[in-house]
Amino acid sequence: MLKTFPKGGIHPEENKITSSKAIKKMPIPKVVYVPIAQHIGIPSEIIVDKKDKVEIGQVIAKSGGFVSSNIHSPIAGTVTKLDMIVDTSGYKKQCIVIRTDQKNETNFEEPVFPLKKEITMDQKDILQHITNSGIVGLGGATFPSHVKLDLKNDNKVDCLIINGVECEPYLTADHRLMLEKADEIIVGIQILMHALHINEAVIGIENNKKDAIKVLKQAAQSDKRIKVAALQVKYPQGSEKQLIKAILKREVPKGGLPMDVGVIVHNVGTIFAIYQAVQYNRPLIERVVTVTGKNIENASNFWVKIGTPIKDLVEEVGGMPEGTRKIVNGGPMMGKAIKNTDVPVTKGTSGILLISENEASRQEAKNCIRCGQCVFVCPMGLEPHLLMNLSEKGLYERLASEDAMTCIECGSCSYVCPSHRPLLDYIRFGKSIIKKLNTAKN
Amino acid sequence: MADPIIISASPHVHSARTSKKVMYDVLYALIPAFLVSIYVFGISALILTSVAVISCLVFEYIIQKYLLKTKVTITDGSALITGILLAFNLPSNLPIWMIIIGALIAIGVAKLSFGGLGYNIFNPALIGRVFLLVCFPVQMTSWPTAVENNLTLVDAVTGETTLGIIKEGLMYGETMSTISEQLPSTMELFIGITSGSAGEMSALALLLGGIFLIVRKVITWHIPITMLVTMGVMTGIFWLVNPEQYANPLIHLLSGGAILGAFYMATDLVTSPMTKKGMVIFAIGIAVITVVIRLFGAYPEGVSFAILIMNAFVPLIDKYFKPRRFGNKIKSKIM
Amino acid sequence: MSDSVLYSALLLVSLGVIAAIVLYIVSKKFYVYENPLIGEVDEILPAANCGGCGSPGCKAFAEKLVNSDDISELFCPVGGNDVMKQVSAILGKEVAEKDPTVAVLLCQGSCEVRPKTTLYQGPRTCAISSMVYGGETDCQYGCLGDGDCVAVCDFDAMYMDENTGLPVIITDKCTSCGACVKACPRDIIEMRPRNKRDLKIFVGCLNQDKGGIAKKACDVACIGCSKCEDVCPKDAITMDNNLAYIDPVTCTLCRKCVEVCPTHSIIETNFPPKKIRKPKEEKPKVAKVASVKANVESEKKPADA
Repeated sequence: MLKTFPKGGIHPEENKITSSKAIKKMPIPKVVYVPIAQHIGIPSEIIVDKKDKVEIGQVIAKSGGFVSSNIHSPIAGTVTKLDMIVDTSGYKKQCIVIRTDQKNETNFEEPVFPLKKEITMDQKDILQHITNSGIVGLGGATFPSHVKLDLKNDNKVDCLIINGVECEPYLTADHRLMLEKADEIIVGIQILMHALHINEAVIGIENNKKDAIKVLKQAAQSDKRIKVAALQVKYPQGSEKQLIKAILKREVPKGGLPMDVGVIVHNVGTIFAIYQAVQYNRPLIERVVTVTGKNIENASNFWVKIGTPIKDLVEEVGGMPEGTRKIVNGGPMMGKAIKNTDVPVTKGTSGILLISENEASRQEAKNCIRCGQCVFVCPMGLEPHLLMNLSEKGLYERLASEDAMTCIECGSCSYVCPSHRPLLDYIRFGKSIIKKLNTAKN
Repeated sequence: MADPIIISASPHVHSARTSKKVMYDVLYALIPAFLVSIYVFGISALILTSVAVISCLVFEYIIQKYLLKTKVTITDGSALITGILLAFNLPSNLPIWMIIIGALIAIGVAKLSFGGLGYNIFNPALIGRVFLLVCFPVQMTSWPTAVENNLTLVDAVTGETTLGIIKEGLMYGETMSTISEQLPSTMELFIGITSGSAGEMSALALLLGGIFLIVRKVITWHIPITMLVTMGVMTGIFWLVNPEQYANPLIHLLSGGAILGAFYMATDLVTSPMTKKGMVIFAIGIAVITVVIRLFGAYPEGVSFAILIMNAFVPLIDKYFKPRRFGNKIKSKIM
Repeated sequence: MSDSVLYSALLLVSLGVIAAIVLYIVSKKFYVYENPLIGEVDEILPAANCGGCGSPGCKAFAEKLVNSDDISELFCPVGGNDVMKQVSAILGKEVAEKDPTVAVLLCQGSCEVRPKTTLYQGPRTCAISSMVYGGETDCQYGCLGDGDCVAVCDFDAMYMDENTGLPVIITDKCTSCGACVKACPRDIIEMRPRNKRDLKIFVGCLNQDKGGIAKKACDVACIGCSKCEDVCPKDAITMDNNLAYIDPVTCTLCRKCVEVCPTHSIIETNFPPKKIRKPKEEKPKVAKVASVKANVESEKKPADA
């Protein structure tokens, strides 16, 4: 029996169409739109001005506080304007628009990064590099990585978990990265273990990626401290709390962090970014993006520069298929639907999913038949039907006392509801109100 | 732009299960029992079921359309199921006008006056049945005896149910060993060659449907298994203490709608608890009340009342038996 | 026979006596002193319990009025100056005098002038859809059209116009309680002074985008051209983030700005039509919408709200 988390979970159709497609390099975009709010926390502060020339990897917006992150220019070119562009949130946000300098050779040189195994830096330098390189959690949450690594003395971390679960249907970005950069990922893990003095690391991978499990096991052979755990295929296993429970059987307390049970969790993409930042001083300016959908012929995985408009990616896979009614930035369970393809790729974009007519439309919501499916599948042990009711009626205090704030917004309840009720929509709304009330109280 | 891009909050995919499919699964599960009832009671079972179903649908349509002026939801299958379950709980020789009254009470009073599908506290079919039982006790307790493959109405031949015979016999001071001579054999009970309400006789057919429901994940095993096991254990204890005074557990389990109740009535999604802990408590409650009514009460049969009584406790059960919250180390004081 | 009548009568009488004693003791023991002034003030208040004053209900507001020394900050928007004067007479405290206000809608983006570019699916409330994205149109500042304001209005002073997709405020019924202002996630509803005969001039747009983008999203958007600012004789108009705002206090209702606005995003209400007007070349569609809007607002009663 493979490991998994005990309570709840669903198994949606996997649809991992692109799992056998090697990661392709996207051509350099003509213009990039780099939003300054690509991570959770305080938006970065712009430090370039209109008409400034920028180089690849140059800091164009610096961290606005502790929970914030640097942003680097993904290309060499000229800042044409600082404009408001609609980003994934659906609202106009401040963006730095950079036009690529077609003559600048650095744009077109393929940088070569041979595997570099020796770790030469000391702990402080490593953390400094991670902070400066603008690395955020690439699994989708985009939480600045250096914050997670900033250990306080009373927190004893004894295990590093690497999240290679990729439980979202359709997405294969992490899967391909693990296959193609297994050695680098192992070195990345060693760097973190070295920096944080951790002697145990487990890579959690769902069993539908058997090839990745094999490749990583092989790559980790030389290092006895690194283990690979094959996990049962179940959504939302990629959620930190569920993953820790699945691998170590430890339960993060309510309102707590993985650190409270002695664990740090990082996504494989983040680990690879850390490897590049520490070994080659290369900031986070590109990431792997899966461009997929049932009707796309050339669906594949790409190395994409941050700030590339999504329409460039869609063109690369052969244009928007006819009848596309929904464009999702991210996976189908937690991604955000976007208005059009002008939205740029950000650090948190793990995939672009084009959904066609028949699957895009939501069904009309009907009465709750109290079947209890939402309660059974909730991985956090909540009662989504109750939370939705409370939120709809505006009973926010009761909503908070029913632990609505622990909801991880995985969407399992909405997925499974036979009456198509918008459970998560209401819960999310209720949570936002509770947050507001709490800040008002303080 | 004819078809604008759709925006909605996540998730963007949905499971293929819909309320309608759930309802139709329940319908499929009822087919074997229905066939048995036709085989045993002949055309009258067919008439009974169709009258109940049609009047349930018609009442739902009329009330929603003209009285409440809301959207008509007769296509969702729930009224259909209420109709069938109501029919299964009635004797097949019941006058047609009584069936219609039962349907009106089930749909009008028990379901729509509470707010429609999902808001009813009590199982509509059972409310209909109990209403008829209280108002027309004579008609409701004279069952046609099973006539094999009879396609004519069997109004004339009426008999008692297994539990009725036992109750009456015990009342006149007979012992179980003398009563048992009049009873159908366990095998007959299991297959359904006995007398009783239209759909409750054949334990075998009902079990088949019940297993189908569990396999299709419409219901979980918690309610039916807990309920039957508790009933078996309780009646078993009484039987062991005094086999002359109390019937053996197999008779209790196979007769009087225990299986119909356990798999189809108690598990009604709307009127049962939503957590697994709650379901176990709910089922134990039903079993205990049923056994108490059967052994010590005036009625020979107690499943309907037991389920309705426990239905009333569902909101309370849901409130106190919550699922264990992730990351909550302090366990609930009750469990 | 007579015995049973006697017994039941006795039983009932004794039950009544016991209950009366218990009630008396309880009412004495748990008596709470309440300032009689609170009841008096509560009588005067409109009893709408709308929460417009900031207190949860009229009774709570009465308590607050009686118990606080300085009540010049407190105001009942529904009752207005009349009620506050009466309160002042009872309590002998100074009260503020405020101009009566009325809610106005700062968006004219009807379906016709502001095309929908996407389709939103999900709970139809402004609060939730505004969390998902900027709205079905390309204007992320304008009305979402899901009617949260109408839902919270306790005075039936609002309804959704099915043709325009915008809420309409029935000025006569509006008590300026401010519930709609709080409910709107976009802050599209503003409380403005009623003035004489409900004459009002205001910018019916909140779009902060640059002119071209704003105009593309909505035909009647304020494009930030500053023409109104230039023409205003009293400097009542300020430009901020490509958006004009008319200060209701300084504005003298001269109507100059209304004429110069190229997109007709400045709304005037209840003014008599100008006598002589040169037939200007203007987009007929836009003009129609603007006038329809003004007409609808002054309408006394909606057909079937």
